[in-house]
Amino acid sequence: MAGGDALAILNRLVSFFASVRLTVVVLLSLAVTSIIGTVIPQNEAPEGYVQAFGPRGYRFLEALDLVDMYHAWWFQLLLLLLVVNIVVCSVERLRASWTIIFTRSPRYRLERFRKSAVQTEFKVDAAPEVLRQTVRTVLGKGFKRRATLAGEDGIEGDCAERWRWSRLGVYIVHLSVVMLVAGGMIGGLFGFEGYVNIPEGEATDTISLRDGSGTRQLPFAIRCNDFSLSVYPNGAPKEYRSSISLLRDGQVIEEKEIIVNDPLRFEGINIFQSSYGKLPPPLPAEGAGPPERLAVHVLSNHSGRSYHEEGAIGDQLDLPEGLGTLRLDAYRPDSQFMGQPLGPAVEATLVHPGQAPIKLTLPLRFAAFDRMRRGQVVVAVTSAIPMPERFYTGLQVTRDPGVGTVYVAFAVMIIGCLVTFFMSHQQVCATVRPRGRQGSTVVVYGITNRNKMAMQRQVDLLARRIAAAAGGPDGA
Amino acid sequence: MTSSMLLSVTTFIYGLAAVCYIAGWIFRRPLAARLGIWSVWVAVVGNGVGFTLRWMESYQMGIGHAPLSNLYESLVFFAWTIGISHLVIEYRYHNRVIGAFTLPLAFLAMAYASLSPHISDRIQPLIPALKSNWLIAHVITCFIGYAAFAVGFGLSIMYLLNKLAAAADGESTEQRPADLLVLQLFLVGLGLILFRFILGWSFGVGLGAALLLAGLVDLGGWLLGRHQRVRTELFSRFPEPSLMDLLTHQTVMFGFVFLSAGIITGSIWANSAWGRYWGWDPKETWSLITWFVYATLLHARLMRGWQGRRIAYLSILGFVAVLFTYFGVNLLPGLHSYGAMTEQLR
Repeated sequence: MAGGDALAILNRLVSFFASVRLTVVVLLSLAVTSIIGTVIPQNEAPEGYVQAFGPRGYRFLEALDLVDMYHAWWFQLLLLLLVVNIVVCSVERLRASWTIIFTRSPRYRLERFRKSAVQTEFKVDAAPEVLRQTVRTVLGKGFKRRATLAGEDGIEGDCAERWRWSRLGVYIVHLSVVMLVAGGMIGGLFGFEGYVNIPEGEATDTISLRDGSGTRQLPFAIRCNDFSLSVYPNGAPKEYRSSISLLRDGQVIEEKEIIVNDPLRFEGINIFQSSYGKLPPPLPAEGAGPPERLAVHVLSNHSGRSYHEEGAIGDQLDLPEGLGTLRLDAYRPDSQFMGQPLGPAVEATLVHPGQAPIKLTLPLRFAAFDRMRRGQVVVAVTSAIPMPERFYTGLQVTRDPGVGTVYVAFAVMIIGCLVTFFMSHQQVCATVRPRGRQGSTVVVYGITNRNKMAMQRQVDLLARRIAAAAGGPDGA
Repeated sequence: MTSSMLLSVTTFIYGLAAVCYIAGWIFRRPLAARLGIWSVWVAVVGNGVGFTLRWMESYQMGIGHAPLSNLYESLVFFAWTIGISHLVIEYRYHNRVIGAFTLPLAFLAMAYASLSPHISDRIQPLIPALKSNWLIAHVITCFIGYAAFAVGFGLSIMYLLNKLAAAADGESTEQRPADLLVLQLFLVGLGLILFRFILGWSFGVGLGAALLLAGLVDLGGWLLGRHQRVRTELFSRFPEPSLMDLLTHQTVMFGFVFLSAGIITGSIWANSAWGRYWGWDPKETWSLITWFVYATLLHARLMRGWQGRRIAYLSILGFVAVLFTYFGVNLLPGLHSYGAMTEQLR
């Protein structure tokens, strides 16, 4: 009896996974749990969570995988449950309806049509024999004529049908959902998603992966030849454009100017314009002397205005607003501040009228450095020889072999939805019985598996066509 | 005349249409109903002309693009799709009451666009991420879907009202305080949207005014409801409950196809802009939540035979999800603090 028990358990399992109650529960659970990830920002740095929720709160979120919930085991399990539910349920139902959909000789009974709520009756001034032919012609248009049926009372009906295959629609939609999940899994298993910042004129073949799992070597190097940024008159960004070359063994194998919405796709790897940034000005060459001319920027905290002057080492400058003088004493190629290297800097002496001189260290690369002093003025020194602005381009680099499957699934889903929602298996039947000496009474019946209203409209339409073909309804 | 002026005028014509439909329903004046249908036509045409004009203006400014690129433009388009859906249903089902429940939504959308101090009606150039042919396909499919869901929502509210009236008439022995609660929440929510977000009042005052509004409507409803004759008059011209139920189901099916198409076109667009078709971004996630809710409704109905009240609840829940996808996502905390790389160019 062990076999029987196993079968019973299997049956119970199948009916559990095939139940629509499970579908409703899983769909609503997915809907409710999905909200969490939109309220709690996902994949942030741990410090952000600790700051927002406290260390205990962060441990709680971490334990439940709520900081990356859409990839958490329990969320994936819900998705898996949905897929199993869809597959088992569809297979079960399809097994039952297979014979209905693919039968070679469908059976019809006039009594079944007569019980249908969808029917229209009208009278015509024509003999039944003539009308039967009209009925067949009208039903032949758009419908596939199937059979002539005889009722128990001897009255005959002509029956036809269309769109029997539309019963498959729901399985098409379900198939598309399974394909979507499959496509997503293919992408997750065999694809990658990374990013890389490349300064103009430089090349690299290594990208950082988005999920933080390290870096990845590409089969070619990406070189950023040029990055350009254009803006509208109102300052809003208009276009980000990177000129990209792909190199293999030092040879250019592909070139393209990419902009947002127009990526470079090469050998299954996609390169997207994603961000950009300004590079810090390049360091002066090792052992180089001080810049010949220095630009001095002075911000007066009193008036809030800023002033710009030029000078060289050894000069003494008069500060505006009667704030005193600034002498540029010396140039240090690598200065330090509390043990931290600051790079090249100028040492200067600031004298406010009637006050003791103040020694300043003004690093060329950190314009805001003097702000820390909280003095009456903020002084910054930069090289007066203008440096061309240099950019780096930020590229998103991905490979997703699942995209094809997903796109096919998209098309299949739309087709399936259209078939399921707007088509139905429609069977119609028209009977003609004599009325008086010359007239007839025609009844058109309809049976459908869904959307009775559309069926009723179709039946009414057929009735009008029959009446029109027979020369108009009697006395109407 | 500029498009924004024309669209502001259209706002009031939608308002007039809504008032006419409500008056036509409550006071049974054929004149009001006739004025209503005419004003809907004028509003829909004005809305369409305003949309086209705005499109042309953007080309005259040298930044030509379809007017579907920001909240103002999407609200205008949303109102338009609701207006057109209303006309389709009006002429197909010959019912003059449904408009009293759907047109206020078109009016609210337009009023929010035209009157809210937070929404700019300036024509702005497209930022790089929006420069895609998928923009038009995505916005149009989404908003046709949203409009269908809006009509389904109006029908569900009507269905619940009708149930309450039937209970008061003693036709139905079911006492459902839940119906009353849902309708209260709907009224307060509607009032809150009107006062807080459209007129820009503070939250406290807006909530107070919304509660007052709900109280007044309840009082009116109670006074009217005491008289059997008035009640009969009010509800006799509602469509049959079974028809409302059927129409809810059909509008949801229609909306579901377009919501699916909207999510799909959005995915394809995201894949060409950012290199991923799905990233669990809050907007994407909320559109999927909406999809789950309506998928639940369709399965419950087709496979478990749910009808009437339960379908109405699900349809209302679905529309709340639609509204959240549309407006609420902007209120969520800390959305753009992560993934600065991709967010930067959005």
